[in-house]
Amino acid sequence: MVLDCKHVWRQISNYIDRDLDPSVRASVEEHLANCRHCAAILDSTHNILYLIADERTFTLPIGFSERLRARLESELEKSEPASR
Amino acid sequence: MNYYETQSSTTTGPQPLTEAEMISRILAGERDLFYDLIKPCERAVFLTAYSVLKSEADAEEVVQEAALKAYKALGSFRGEAKFSTWLVKITLNEARMKLRRSRSEPEVSLEDFVDNGDSDYTPAVLTDWREIPSESLERKELRETLRRAVNELPEKYREVLISRDVREMNIAETAELLGISEGMVKTRLFRARLMMQKIVAPELRAQGKRYTKG
Repeated sequence: MVLDCKHVWRQISNYIDRDLDPSVRASVEEHLANCRHCAAILDSTHNILYLIADERTFTLPIGFSERLRARLESELEKSEPASR
Repeated sequence: MNYYETQSSTTTGPQPLTEAEMISRILAGERDLFYDLIKPCERAVFLTAYSVLKSEADAEEVVQEAALKAYKALGSFRGEAKFSTWLVKITLNEARMKLRRSRSEPEVSLEDFVDNGDSDYTPAVLTDWREIPSESLERKELRETLRRAVNELPEKYREVLISRDVREMNIAETAELLGISEGMVKTRLFRARLMMQKIVAPELRAQGKRYTKG
């Protein structure tokens, strides 16, 4: 099966997740080996996902835990214990 | 996850408890344990609220409200799911309610762009890509570029992307949390990822060039 670039773009997400039938995967890989544009799109997408998964990208705001704990302490003191 | 696993205890220091034991003791009146129960889920609940609200301050407020709600409803928690899953769902609902209450912004234009069908969608076409190593995340500029791009996504795409690619949940968990089919998760994820590539890749390439030159 010969895929054009647009078809490959549609498959990039599933390709990254290894969620493609072997025959489609082979076709995607064949295209990627011969198309530097699509290879760069795949590599950049992969790289971006890798960066956003890093805990440094999305961190808890400074003081988040302390404020949550303080809020719970002050509110739970007033409320009745949760009961079954 | 092992942090709640019961270990042979000494006479001093806090005793690690299972989730179920902790909940029983909270219900029996040990309120102080509630924060310990929530502590391991902090990042998950924050990111969930953030995925809807895209504001740190609003997300934090929602997390606090959701935690209080969870405390009040703890007696109805049946333990069929993990506590964290339950709390994340409460948080998601709270965040969505807050968004609906405050929504004044119109749907973002990217939404129309995407829903016009993806057949004519074009990612950022690059001739080459030089990998940005994770050490570069020490640079504030890079972290902000990534966060800003996530914030630019329409809500339904941002929710899926944060669940799947930031929190690293699997497709089935994402579908269950968001109340959509696995097929829908994959479709939204495909669009969200390509939108991210389109927004971020040219910017990162420019940043990469600046830093390798300088």
